Amino acid sequence: MENVERIKSEEMINRIDSRLTKNKVVKGLFFTATLFTSIILIVLLYRIIVQGAPYLSWDFLQNFASRRPEQAGIKAAVVGTIWMMAVVVPTAAIFGVGSAIYLEEYAGKNALTRWIQMNISNLAGVPSVVFGLLGLTIFVRLFGFGNSILAAGFTMSLLVLPVIIVASQEAIRAVPNELKEASYGLGATKWQTISRVVIPYAVPGIATGSILAFSRAIGETAPLIVVGIPTFVAFLPSGVFDSFTALPMQIYNWTSRPQEEFHNLAAAGIIVLLVVLIMMNSVAVWIRNRYQSR
Amino acid sequence: MTLTAVKSKENNQAGQTENVLVYNTKDLNLWYGDHHALKNINLEINEREVTAIIGPSGCGKSTYIKTLNRMIDLVPGVKTNGSIEYRERDIFNKDFLVEELRTRVGMVFQKPNPFPKSIYENIAFGLKIHGIKNKQIINETVEKSLRGAALWEEVKDRIHEPAYGLSGGQQQRLCIARCLALEPDVILMDEPTSALDPVSTLKIEELIQELKQRYSIIIVTHNMQQAARISDRTAFFLNGEVVEYDVTDTIFNSPADSRTDDYISGRFG
Repeated sequence: MENVERIKSEEMINRIDSRLTKNKVVKGLFFTATLFTSIILIVLLYRIIVQGAPYLSWDFLQNFASRRPEQAGIKAAVVGTIWMMAVVVPTAAIFGVGSAIYLEEYAGKNALTRWIQMNISNLAGVPSVVFGLLGLTIFVRLFGFGNSILAAGFTMSLLVLPVIIVASQEAIRAVPNELKEASYGLGATKWQTISRVVIPYAVPGIATGSILAFSRAIGETAPLIVVGIPTFVAFLPSGVFDSFTALPMQIYNWTSRPQEEFHNLAAAGIIVLLVVLIMMNSVAVWIRNRYQSR
Repeated sequence: MTLTAVKSKENNQAGQTENVLVYNTKDLNLWYGDHHALKNINLEINEREVTAIIGPSGCGKSTYIKTLNRMIDLVPGVKTNGSIEYRERDIFNKDFLVEELRTRVGMVFQKPNPFPKSIYENIAFGLKIHGIKNKQIINETVEKSLRGAALWEEVKDRIHEPAYGLSGGQQQRLCIARCLALEPDVILMDEPTSALDPVSTLKIEELIQELKQRYSIIIVTHNMQQAARISDRTAFFLNGEVVEYDVTDTIFNSPADSRTDDYISGRFG
């Protein structure tokens, strides 16, 4: 008996080498995958920076679009994007978080809710062009907003709404049931429980999800094209019913010009857009860390 | 032995002075969907006593205590019939608002569940939701409640620090303090010590003995020694029915039903 056991453990020890080899191979595969992605990203960034950095200047941020590349700037696009986001952020946040609270806390768990839920999840995957067409039909034509900030802002809100709803729902669902019970157990009403226990607990999740969705809205071009947002704008909007242009539209316009200089301007515009996105994502990370350490 | 002797003496006294009921359950049935979880429950619960509910897992003891303050409403698909009278008012009656019931009847849960707020804010929460804004009243109530839950001395220097920094036992006493802040009439405790170490458990048990002077306490426990130590009356639940309900001494020393005897002597459950 003892002999048999000893042989067995020897065999197992002999196998350690091959197990460790497998261990290394797998690690190598994953590392290669990461490396590949990183290299592509670095090459992309490098090209954009080499192309665009020389064109980055105070004038570039301060000038309107121009036929002459040396005078062209992104002032109208930056201001336009800010205006658009001023519409998107409150609209999408109110409707998105509101829907999420309703679906998680109020709606009965029945077939209708499941159906709505499934549709919301599907909407998150619908191509942005489709949202553009919806916006064109409803906001531009039916409501007669034209190619205004309001029309584009509402269209973008629709685009990011499903993402915000799903992210907020997940954050709300993650609120421990024990905390809700504690609140109800003290005689709190449903709204008091939601506003004092559920929402404060879910805020980090809701905020990070929403910010990531908003950064998508900043970078999207297709819906703006479909809605009919102009690319050559030499004025600043003074209200939500004014026409405007946005950063991705300006970049798109410049890349489609034949002159090399405009391509470099587009690269400079991309750098500005990337900086904005990195800033927004940093805020999301900051919020998450801040509330997690609590 | 002396402890049980003292207890039975107390019970006799309680028997002499007429018992006032806080809860009177009549023919209560409860279903989770098709599952008949509580069957014809009839229980009279006395004021200012500790009533223990014991029984094996799945016997319906937690369901019953959650019905007493209608926390069971949070579970979808629950149906009930029969009645539970709290101070002679039917808790299932539409006129008896569930918010009022839960203000008069506090609850302590199995796992300590303080809010992710400061110790102070945890206790102030109950007052604030009931519209009490006066800082001085809140401050006084926080101290009084923490004293009432035998926690003040341990936390008085850090009441503005997060409640999550407290030990499990302290958190559970904080949850008791949170109940006390609303000056409840009854405190329901659903296995309040099952997540705690023996020392913390002992502290909670001592606290329950003190609280009994002012509050009626109903405690679900799977720890039979605990029921024997702290309760005046014990109800033994089995498969959704009350097998036996009597003075704790009787339940543990001379139960009338053989199933009770089997359970308390550890033959099942």
